[in-house]
Amino acid sequence: MTAYGGAGPLAGPARRVGQGRLAVALLSPTFAVLAVVIAFPIVAAVWDSLRVTTEGLNADGLVVQGERFGGLTNYTNLFSGAAGDRFRTALGNTTFFTVTTVAIETVLGLAMALLMHRAFRGRALFRAAVLVPWAIPTAISALLWRWIFATDGVANTILGRQVLWTADGIQAKFAVIIADTWKTAPFVALLVLAGLQVIPREVYEAASVDGATGVRRFFRITLPLVKPALLVAVMFRMMDALRMFDLPQVLVGAREPAVETLSQLAWDEATNLRYGPAAACATLLFGYIALAAYVFVRLLGADLVGDREARR
Amino acid sequence: MTHRTPTRRGTSRTAGTRVLLARTGTALCLALTLGGCGSDSEPTATTDGRGEITFATGKDNTGQLQTLVDSWNSAHPDERVRMVELPEAADQVRQMLVQNAQIKSKSYDVVTLDAVWTAEFAARSWVVELPKDKFDPASFLAPALETGLYRDRLYAAPWLTGTGVLYYRTDLLAAAGIKEPPKTWAALADACAAVAKLPAGKGVACYAGQYDKYEGLTVNFSEAVQSAGGTVFDPAGKPQLTTPAVREGLSFLVDGFKQGRIPSKGITFKEEEGRREFQEGRLLFHRNWAYVYALASAADGSSKVNGRFDVAPLPGKDGLGSGTLGGNNLAVSAFSERQASARDFIAYVTSLETEREYAKKQSFPLSRAALYDDPEMLQRYPYLAVMKEAIGRAKPRPAAVRYGDVTAAIQDHVSAALTGQKSVDQATTDLQAALAALTG
Repeated sequence: MTAYGGAGPLAGPARRVGQGRLAVALLSPTFAVLAVVIAFPIVAAVWDSLRVTTEGLNADGLVVQGERFGGLTNYTNLFSGAAGDRFRTALGNTTFFTVTTVAIETVLGLAMALLMHRAFRGRALFRAAVLVPWAIPTAISALLWRWIFATDGVANTILGRQVLWTADGIQAKFAVIIADTWKTAPFVALLVLAGLQVIPREVYEAASVDGATGVRRFFRITLPLVKPALLVAVMFRMMDALRMFDLPQVLVGAREPAVETLSQLAWDEATNLRYGPAAACATLLFGYIALAAYVFVRLLGADLVGDREARR
Repeated sequence: MTHRTPTRRGTSRTAGTRVLLARTGTALCLALTLGGCGSDSEPTATTDGRGEITFATGKDNTGQLQTLVDSWNSAHPDERVRMVELPEAADQVRQMLVQNAQIKSKSYDVVTLDAVWTAEFAARSWVVELPKDKFDPASFLAPALETGLYRDRLYAAPWLTGTGVLYYRTDLLAAAGIKEPPKTWAALADACAAVAKLPAGKGVACYAGQYDKYEGLTVNFSEAVQSAGGTVFDPAGKPQLTTPAVREGLSFLVDGFKQGRIPSKGITFKEEEGRREFQEGRLLFHRNWAYVYALASAADGSSKVNGRFDVAPLPGKDGLGSGTLGGNNLAVSAFSERQASARDFIAYVTSLETEREYAKKQSFPLSRAALYDDPEMLQRYPYLAVMKEAIGRAKPRPAAVRYGDVTAAIQDHVSAALTGQKSVDQATTDLQAALAALTG
């Protein structure tokens, strides 16, 4: 957007002001909608997370509710007692899934992209096939994997032993990682492939003339040149993995300590009508994702909106 | 993979009005915000009006419900009923009804409540009390009626009911020379041992119910406890998990896994997994609901045990055991403005005549006792006699205002015991503490 928002070559000061007004007029409806659908829920969630609800029963057994400003009570409760254990487990699971799935998917996606980049017979078919897992809704693919991981499902038949994948435990973590990798490695692959296809062929030809080996060409040419695309893919995946919800929820179930993520925890609290703790958990997750994205951009310099190109 | 932030907006704190915006998605949020988020008005005298009403119920898989509604509509042109089908899964239905109640929406007049939600919906004043005399309470099956009561007041009229029963393989028991289904856990274990010695018993596991970590586990745990003579909550609503009966009940399940009576994959069983296992002929005894009967009797080849099984009440520690009650009840939404029509419609649906018509067309057991003695019904559904006996011995699941938390706590600790992470003593002690904290 930035690249086109600035002035064209003919712009004088007057024209610039006119364009600015037009831009404001054209964009304000968008910003108004964004304020309602993004800013308002976020502010409302933060406000909710600061309120504490107390409940009691009156003589007729009817619920009497009180609500007051509780400051950071909901947040401190997330770190203490049994609820604290659950929150820490969810935080650990969320982080663990993010690190493992994104790492595996990056390597796999890169490999798939390199493969698709080569000219070979049936390449179009392969590309289309790779898209299929990404096209299936997560909840549906989670169901699919639940059948595969059923006690007499395909996975156990191939392994020749009875692993209880969807029961709690380390195997449930594996099930989630496998299913998530299957689903989203193609996403990384396609983004990386787009990056690969803009690398000029001459660069490789020059390298060949200079006598560079294949491995050297990969590390000195392909990887640096595909890095912007790769970083964007990894960043998207990271933010997606941090808010993972439907895959563990459908594949393994709610309230399973082995796979429960922060999103699931917030959802579970909300369905049990504890909106304060739910909002606190969701707000922390929001902060976590924002922080992770910020650190990622700062450390690795992922160029998300093409700013640097525009500034040049 | 959208993550939705739960939010809520208090509009009138004195009235305790609360508006749930989130989780219904941003679109709804926007609509509600612009539309003023429902009404803040307290229920007034006008709530007892008449007119067209809506009937919110879970997905009607039988397709017969509309017929009942149609015949009401032709008799009551001024009070026509519109049926709204909610999702199939019970927890999704609960979510929709809860959201609906929180924005005090008038969109549903008659709501279908799962048997265990009555306390929560009644205590939160989301449904109104029903006049008992209008529904002829004495002719309901007594345990089914109990699921509609909260503090001895009727909040939901019993409609569909049912309890867990024991499916067993008649052919294998006969081959082992056993004449009748087991009445005790010891007899069940003996029968398994006898069948295991037969060539035909090869590859057939002994027993399984529902042990995955979900509502079914609460059901199976409560049944084991009741069948050992214990109770999860006493009549005053206090948890009673440190009694010997509770430990024996839980031990029945834990030892079942340890000693291989329950196959180890049983820990992943919900209703359907276990049903398939039984239908494939890989289970001698299976605890499940009435719906299995029709499927396991299918003669189209989908069931390998067709004609070779029967049902019995659940066995217990020293005699027949006790199941927990499932089922659906009908209640009037507290936010309905046409509660008089809503009450009349509930009385119509739960009347003996309507239930008889409905029972002829689908196999879910209904709430009026007379249907279980009706010769025509017995001929149609031979298991009704067993079902009546089982329902007579059944108890509702814990009636707790915070049922969601109660069942979650039960699932957590019982699951830990079944998977060997906790000893039976440790699990019952921890569960007692958890439930005591929840019921205050």
